[in-house]
Amino acid sequence: MQRRGRGRIAYPYTVWMVIFIVVPLFLILFYSFTEGDIHNLKDLRFSLNGYKKVLEPIYLKVIGNSFVLAGISTFICLIIGYPVAMMIANTDAKYRNLLLTLFIVPIWMNFLLRTYAWMSLLSPNGLVNRVLLWLGLPKLEIMPGKGAVLLGMVYNFLPFMILPIYTVLSKIDKHVIEAAHDLGGNNVITFMRIILPLSVPGIVSGITMVFLPAVSTFVISGLLGGGKAPLIGDLIEQQFLSSRDWHFGSSLSIILMVMILISMAVMSRIDKSEAEEERRKI
Amino acid sequence: MLKAIKRIYMSVVFLFLYAPIIVLIVFSFNKSKSRGQWGGFTLDWYIDLFKDRQIREALYFTILIAVISTVVSTIVGTIAALGISNMSKLGRTIVLNINNLPVLNPDIVTGVALMTLFISLRIELGFVTMLISHIVFSIPYVILAVLPKIRQMNKHTAEAALDLGATPAYAMRKVIIPEIMPGIISGALIAFTLSIDDFVISFFTAGTSATNLSILIYSMAKRGVKPTINALSTLMFVVVLVLMIIINKKKDKGEDIII
Repeated sequence: MQRRGRGRIAYPYTVWMVIFIVVPLFLILFYSFTEGDIHNLKDLRFSLNGYKKVLEPIYLKVIGNSFVLAGISTFICLIIGYPVAMMIANTDAKYRNLLLTLFIVPIWMNFLLRTYAWMSLLSPNGLVNRVLLWLGLPKLEIMPGKGAVLLGMVYNFLPFMILPIYTVLSKIDKHVIEAAHDLGGNNVITFMRIILPLSVPGIVSGITMVFLPAVSTFVISGLLGGGKAPLIGDLIEQQFLSSRDWHFGSSLSIILMVMILISMAVMSRIDKSEAEEERRKI
Repeated sequence: MLKAIKRIYMSVVFLFLYAPIIVLIVFSFNKSKSRGQWGGFTLDWYIDLFKDRQIREALYFTILIAVISTVVSTIVGTIAALGISNMSKLGRTIVLNINNLPVLNPDIVTGVALMTLFISLRIELGFVTMLISHIVFSIPYVILAVLPKIRQMNKHTAEAALDLGATPAYAMRKVIIPEIMPGIISGALIAFTLSIDDFVISFFTAGTSATNLSILIYSMAKRGVKPTINALSTLMFVVVLVLMIIINKKKDKGEDIII
C-alpha cells in the first residue's frame, strides 16, 4: 500500500514525458501521413505522398548511401579498434588506465571542432597535402566528398568502438586463456575459439555506438561532404529548415527511426543468443 | 619484433586521433591567416575572441543552459527515479521504455520532433525552447544513472529510520539521498556534459534568436574559416581537459571513469 503510494511522485514526470517525448513523436507520425498546409489544421488530409516521395530514386539513393557509408565506417572502426582494445587490455595494469585515458581524451573535444579540424587539414592547401607534396606523393583530393565523410565518421566514432570492446576484454578471466594454452591451443586458436566469442557483447555495443550516430549524422556530411554526398540526416534537416516540406521530412524521420529500432533489436538478439550459446557450452 | 609492430600500430592510431587537435592548437597561434603556412607567433586570435560579442553571447547561453538544465534535470530525474522504483512492474516497464526513447532515438529525430511540437503549439523558438529541450534529453540519463543505485540500496534502512520515528522527509534527506548520491552525481555530470556538447537538438530548437557555442561553430565553419575558431577550440579543449583530470583524480578511488 505504502509502496504504491510512493510511486505517485513519478506522476509529474510521467506527464512531462507524455508531453515532450510521446506527443512530439506522434506529431511526426501524424505529419508523415498527411499533406497540406501545416499551419492550418483544417487543410490537412490523409496522404501517403510523404512516403511515396521517399521511394523516388534520388532519395532512395541518399538513404542507401547513408547506410552504406555508416556500415563501412563501422567496419573500419572495428578493424582498427579491436587490436587497439586488445593491446590496451594486455598492457601492464600500471599503464592501462593512462593508455585508456589517452584514447578517450579526443572525444572530450567538441564534436564540431574535431570535424572542423579535418576541414582545414584536408583542404587543397591544408597540412595533409603539404606533407604529401613534401614527400613527393600525389595530392589527396577527397574533400569535399564521400572519402572525407568516411574519414570524419571513423575519426569521430573510433573511441566508441574501442571502449566497449576493451571493457569486455579486460574482464575475461586470464585463467581461461592460460587453460587454452595449456591444452595446446596456439595464439590463433585461442583467439578464435576463446577471446573472440567472449568479446561479442563488446563488439555488439561498439557497432551500435558507431553505427547509430554515423547513419543519422548531418554535421559530418554537411562540413566534410560539401553537398556532394548528402545523407538521410541532411535530407531531414533540409525538409525542416529550408524547403519546409514537413510531411516528407516526417516520413524520412519515421523511416530512419524504424530502421534504427529494428537494427538495434537485431543486435541485442545476436548478443543474447551468443550469451546463451556460451552458457550452454559451459 | 611483435612488440615493435604493436608499438608502431598504437602510435599510428594515436597520431590519427591527435593530429587534428594538435594542428588546431598550433594554428591558433599562427600569424598567417592561411591554413597551411606558418607566419609567426601571435596571440591576436585570442584577443579577437574576447572582443567578439557573438562568441561571448554564445558562451553565456551555453553555460547558462547547461547549469539550469543540469540542476532541473537532476532534481526531477532523481524524484522520478525514486517514484519509478516504487511503481508496479507494468507501470515501471512502460515508463522506462518511453524514458529510453530519447536515449535510443537519433538526435536528429528528437530534434525535429521537439521543433514540430513547439511550432505546432505556436511557441516561438528561442532560449526557452532550447532550455526545455535540453531538460527533455537530460532527464532520461539522470534516471538511468540513479535507478541502479536505488536498486542496490538496502530497503530496510529507510524502513528502520521510519520505525525509529523519522518523518518521511527526514528519512529521505538523511538516509535515502546519501545512499544514492553517487548515482545522482554521475547523472548530473552526464547531464552537464551532454548539454555543453549538444549541437543537433539545439540546432533545431534554438530558432534564430538564441544560439550556443556549437551552433556558432557550425555556422562559422560553414561560412568559411576564421582563425578565431582555432583559438576558441584550444581554450575549450584545455578547459574540458582540466575539468576531466580533476573529476577523474577525485574519482580515482571510486568505481568507473566517467567519459
